Amino acid sequence: MSDLNLNSLYQELILDHYRKPRNKGELPEKTVEIHMANPVCGDEIRLQLQIEDDKIVEARHVGQGCSISQAAVSMMTHLIKGRELTEAEGVAERFTAMMHGDEEAARDRSMGDLRALQGVSKFPVRIKCALLAFDALQEAIKKDRVES
Amino acid sequence: MYQTVSTFDVNKIRNEFPVLHQVVNGKPLTYLDNAATAQKPRDVLEVLSRYYQEDNANVHRGIHELSRRATVAYEGARERVSEWLAASDSAEIIWTRGTTEAINLVAATWGMDQLKEGDEILLTVMEHHSNIVPWQLVAMRTGAKLRYIELDDEGRLILDDLEQLLTDRTKLVAMTHVSNALGTINPVDKVIEAAHAKGALVLLDGAQAVPHMKVDVSELGADFYAFSSHKMCGPTGTGVLWGRKEILEEMSPYQGGGEMIGFVGRDESTWAELPHKFEAGTPNIAGAVGAAAAVDFMEKVGYEGIREHEAGLLRYALNRMKGLEDLEVFGPKDLNERSGVISFALGDAHPHDIATILDSEGVAIRAGHHCAQLVMKHLGVAATTRASFSMYNTTDDVDRLLDGLQVVQGIFGR
Repeated sequence: MSDLNLNSLYQELILDHYRKPRNKGELPEKTVEIHMANPVCGDEIRLQLQIEDDKIVEARHVGQGCSISQAAVSMMTHLIKGRELTEAEGVAERFTAMMHGDEEAARDRSMGDLRALQGVSKFPVRIKCALLAFDALQEAIKKDRVES
Repeated sequence: MYQTVSTFDVNKIRNEFPVLHQVVNGKPLTYLDNAATAQKPRDVLEVLSRYYQEDNANVHRGIHELSRRATVAYEGARERVSEWLAASDSAEIIWTRGTTEAINLVAATWGMDQLKEGDEILLTVMEHHSNIVPWQLVAMRTGAKLRYIELDDEGRLILDDLEQLLTDRTKLVAMTHVSNALGTINPVDKVIEAAHAKGALVLLDGAQAVPHMKVDVSELGADFYAFSSHKMCGPTGTGVLWGRKEILEEMSPYQGGGEMIGFVGRDESTWAELPHKFEAGTPNIAGAVGAAAAVDFMEKVGYEGIREHEAGLLRYALNRMKGLEDLEVFGPKDLNERSGVISFALGDAHPHDIATILDSEGVAIRAGHHCAQLVMKHLGVAATTRASFSMYNTTDDVDRLLDGLQVVQGIFGR
């Protein structure tokens, strides 16, 4: 890999979400919370969801980490708010596919701002940063199903 | 070649390290992750290869010629390390997988044998996790307590209240000789003297010291000294625990198995003499041979020249870094108190993002907590970016680092 494109990785939109994360802070009405961390690098996300009748009513996050991990969770919470759980799972699956090089997923308009993270797929050691939020989302949905 | 200090020639040294001469991500490699592991010179690579091509056999068992040669090579390596460390007896040199295993060995044997509820182990906040967690495990099982020497704003040990931290219950002080996260060179003599006055033993983690400075265990006066070969140009998977013979003799064995026994009965066995008592199973023979070759290489280059060269790089780098806006360097300001490690923060750019950008410029550094989460907590950061020097780095490497940091600022400063 000799042609790393830093500009495709660090797009304006990603830095914007990093500096001004959407939906950051505690969610008192949360019905499920998942703490996910990457102990190797210290990225950390606490994803808090308010799920009612299989629908994500509200989504927030608390944590710290690199621009990729924090932008991903900011974009993701923005996108899944108001979505059915099955839809949110679809987003997680599409995003994971995108990280593994699926260019179709990267053109999917329903992915919203998350498409800006496509460049991460060219940086293998950073893919886990982007996926942390989605691992948390999938765990949260699983936990909700077990509990309800 | 470079027989004396005055002939220290970085270009000649670089030629000894094949891995340095390559292109990474379209740029020539600048390797500044030496505190994680150092690169290997031809001498070490050739010794490893020759051992496997000509002498490979198991040690201490076979009657045949290859086994004899392997045993001579393995025990000869021990003698070489012993002489280099100025140990009083080569039986004090125990081969381990690395610093981590060396410390765990002491914790699992001496620690479990000697520590009782209420006893205290004194650590420092700057320890690598490998010199914290083994003691936590022992403390959990024995009821011993952990206490810590704190750090000041420059990441130096606060030793003013050392007399209070060392109590009659203190049985061991376990501390690093040189900090991997900040580069701080600790005044270990002072701590050793105070600890011994209270009857406590001292274990030093020398992982970050031996690549950069001459260590003489007789002169230091500690009771245990642990280090890894791979940080001083030797192979991975090999390290050394040096301990005082009279203490090692009293300690229980570490692992059970072949090599470490005298006689084996149905219900009990007797142990081999030092150092074999602590070396169960087939050892890393090639690793030991490679470690001795690394010792030869370090001495051939010469510690004095290495120290001088790395101090020069450190001075040059810190001076250049002063010119970067928003750059904060952690660690001691007095260069005599620090080795060639620069841990820093750059504006709001996360260390991982800095590492990715530098990597795309061919510059390898480390980003993260450096297995020193207590240091990160002390600094009030989640992670730092760390550049660390070795004998083969040049001012050109520093310039490449600085150029890379300007790219970071270009992206994150907008």
